Amino acid sequence: MKRFQKSYFLHSFKHDKTAMTSFFLLACFIILSVTAPLVSPYNPYDAENIDIMNAETPPMWLEGGSSAFILGTDNMGRDLLSTMIYGLRISVLIGIGAVSLQAFIGILMGLMAGYVGGKVDSVLMRIADIQFSFPYLMVAIFISAIFQVMFGIGSFEKLAVPLLIIIIGLSEWPVYARTIRASVMGEKNKEYVEAARVIGLSRPVIMIRHVLPNTLTSVLVISTIQVANAVMSEAALSFLGLGMPVTKPSLGSLIRAGFEYIFSGSWWITIFPGIFLVLFVLVVNLLGDWLRDVLNPKLYKG
Amino acid sequence: MFAFIVRRTAQAIFVMLVIGLIGFSIKTRIGDPVRDMVGERVTPQERKQIRQKLGLNDPFLTQYVRFLGKAVHGDLGLSFFYKKPALDVIIAKAPATMEMVMGAGLLIVLISFPLGVYTALKPRTPFSRFVMGFSTLGVSIPVFLTAIMLIYIFGVQLHWLPSYGRGDTVDVFGNGWWMSGFFTADGLKHLILPSISLASIELPLFIRLIRSEMMEVLETEYIKYAWAKGLSRMRIWLLHAFKNTLLPVITVFGVQIGIMFAFTILTETVFQWQGMGYMFLEAVERSDTSLLIAYLVVVGSVFVVVNTVVDIIYGFINPTVRIAGTK
Amino acid sequence: MSHLLEVQNLKVTFALRFGDLTAINGVSFSLDRGEKLGLVGESGAGKSVTGFAIINLISKPGFISGGRVLFNGNDISSVPDARMREIRGDRISMIFQDPMMTLNPVLTIGTQMVETIRAHRNISKPKARNIALEKLKKVYIPSPEKRLSQYPHEFSGGMRQRIIIAISLLTDPAIIIADEPTTALDVTIQAEIMDLLQELCESEEMGLILITHDLAVVSQVTEKTAVMYAGKIIEYGPTGAIVRDPIHPYTQGLINALPGALKPGEKLHQIPGMMPTLTDIPPGCAFNPRCTMKENICETEVPDLLEIEKERMVACHMKTGR
Repeated sequence: MKRFQKSYFLHSFKHDKTAMTSFFLLACFIILSVTAPLVSPYNPYDAENIDIMNAETPPMWLEGGSSAFILGTDNMGRDLLSTMIYGLRISVLIGIGAVSLQAFIGILMGLMAGYVGGKVDSVLMRIADIQFSFPYLMVAIFISAIFQVMFGIGSFEKLAVPLLIIIIGLSEWPVYARTIRASVMGEKNKEYVEAARVIGLSRPVIMIRHVLPNTLTSVLVISTIQVANAVMSEAALSFLGLGMPVTKPSLGSLIRAGFEYIFSGSWWITIFPGIFLVLFVLVVNLLGDWLRDVLNPKLYKG
Repeated sequence: MFAFIVRRTAQAIFVMLVIGLIGFSIKTRIGDPVRDMVGERVTPQERKQIRQKLGLNDPFLTQYVRFLGKAVHGDLGLSFFYKKPALDVIIAKAPATMEMVMGAGLLIVLISFPLGVYTALKPRTPFSRFVMGFSTLGVSIPVFLTAIMLIYIFGVQLHWLPSYGRGDTVDVFGNGWWMSGFFTADGLKHLILPSISLASIELPLFIRLIRSEMMEVLETEYIKYAWAKGLSRMRIWLLHAFKNTLLPVITVFGVQIGIMFAFTILTETVFQWQGMGYMFLEAVERSDTSLLIAYLVVVGSVFVVVNTVVDIIYGFINPTVRIAGTK
Repeated sequence: MSHLLEVQNLKVTFALRFGDLTAINGVSFSLDRGEKLGLVGESGAGKSVTGFAIINLISKPGFISGGRVLFNGNDISSVPDARMREIRGDRISMIFQDPMMTLNPVLTIGTQMVETIRAHRNISKPKARNIALEKLKKVYIPSPEKRLSQYPHEFSGGMRQRIIIAISLLTDPAIIIADEPTTALDVTIQAEIMDLLQELCESEEMGLILITHDLAVVSQVTEKTAVMYAGKIIEYGPTGAIVRDPIHPYTQGLINALPGALKPGEKLHQIPGMMPTLTDIPPGCAFNPRCTMKENICETEVPDLLEIEKERMVACHMKTGR
């Protein structure tokens, strides 16, 4: 059965141009973010490289541009291309980190709720329901805001990345919990679980070794979409000034910085990071869509 | 049915109490109510006195109950910056946000319903494919970027529509509360881009949702039976199929209104729209904790109420829920 | 002599991703007013598809790929859908298997009945309501006025099927196609529903095509039977004759498998093997791998449905002497 899935999987992958292009682009993005220090022309965090006199240089092919800064510079004089690549790196880091956290918490909760059932289930699901009724962005914004007010902007800066991972991770775990729980409840009644119980395996073992692998397809599909969401959430938070600090900008912060300059003509500060961000999220979404169609069409509506 | 309403309302009240608790806990940890009331220049002695007077040295639970009592009466503390009751500040800013949400909601219904139904009925036409492709793109563009792009294209380059602010407003009730932009041409012009931006988050979602629900419904036995009875296409599509599609869509709509409120924070920032979202960010910048907490309580309550109302309405529309009484 | 309904060499094909699949391959039978025909076979034999094909309601990607369906002498298998809609639900009604899934859960019974009438007749809502009430009474549903404003889930399975039968009667059709009408119901209700159908067909002089896998029901209700196997009719004739004296080896196997014929203590007879799926139909006679009296020709040539006695037809090389 697994082998069949694998071959159909690959088969439809090779035949789907969108899937292949998306995968290729995604791979490029990830490689770019991992090799950022090697690939980008400058290190945007190194204060020595930055000269405020260079601020707002247009991209290379426009009047006033220079070949030293291919896509121009931002409002602080940093090379836009380098900052974008580093910003992508942060986005990817936070995206994957947050989703891993979400998945971890969510799967744990979902497994417990689904398998143990009863009171544990009701309590956990109540919490999930309540958290679900609040838009995740709201929760993330609010937690960020409180943190900022409580600890001031200075300390926020140092902890920005892990903090954002935690914040975004905490706000969306119910998505995983719900799906895992539904999966587990569906699997719980199948014969192989009965068989395992008859043999005498303990509950946690059954949960982890037997039930979990079968629910992993759901996890995979959800994860792609959640990564896209996490990246967008981080961008939104940074845009509001509640995310990455100005010294270590993510794509969202760049867009924020560039916003004011749109009116005065330096459109590239916002537009290029914007396109970059959209492309990344789009690619992840497309892959997620394709995965969903291939693995299980009814899994994740919208 | 009655039992259902009671249970749902009880659940709602419980959640609101939890929100209140969270809000209150935060309030006691951060911010300084003394400072909120009298500012920075107070001697330590006076400070102690005021704390005593305000009952700030009482046990947590007592303070919490007092907080709840005041909250129910509409007293959510004073805004440090505005020097006015926090609730008043929020209420003053609310109409601006509501109008944006209403504009967006209207756009969503008018656009996503027909498109969703069409792409479900005729999924292989070029137009359908275009709509689906566009919606995937739409999901990938963050709302603030859409807003910025719209401003750039329509405001900066084409100069067709204004780039910020609400424009001329009209006093609807005559008492200065609801300053509406709906009734002036200028106000409406200012409303267009923000509403489109806000709607852009939800449109792809709804189009896909309606499409997938409708497609699922179209495969059911009862639709096949309707064909076997020889009913007209329009009737089958628009009554038999659509009514079944609406049910899950309505629940989602309720939740999404809540999400839209979250996104108003982003949109209002871009358009410098003087609504609740903008106020929230200003409060963060100014460390105006009372206002922040008040915002949490108000917005949280709005979510709870909206969700509860939507669930109850769903119960009325869906006959199976009505009879069963439980959900 | 022209029949009310005549199916001539009907073929239905499904155009699937990995190739075309023929679900029914040359099916022919006829039906007259007031006549009851049983279409019998195992799951997957093609009986339901045949039923849908008569009113041209095959789910995509299926389509009629050959043959004709003559209704009152007119070929309805190739008419445009608009014209077919006038016949469906009006002159030919269909009853589906599971009454819970067949009725739209969010519309009242009244709505679903009245709309059927008004889709085919130009009459007012009150008049349509009266017809609906009349038919509900015909199927012995108590307090019909109350029922019209109720929803499907408020009824038991048996009542729902009665309502569906009532709906099928609304336009006084010439033919009712009943696709496994009792399979989803309790055993005790099954007999009631079958009796009701039989009674109505006789009193209203309607033709009935009863699609089922249950030979026992067919033997009690119908006058004619067509036995299907792997997409073809392999035996066709008067029901009594077929049950008393089956000719085709498959039919013989079916009759022998009925527990009623056994003496106490006797083992149940089973036909060894299984009916092939549509993708695995063997060459020649589809039944040949399981047949005890096959010979070489059975593996190479497909047997035609030929008349062997008066009004009895069989598709078997051995029985028809080629």
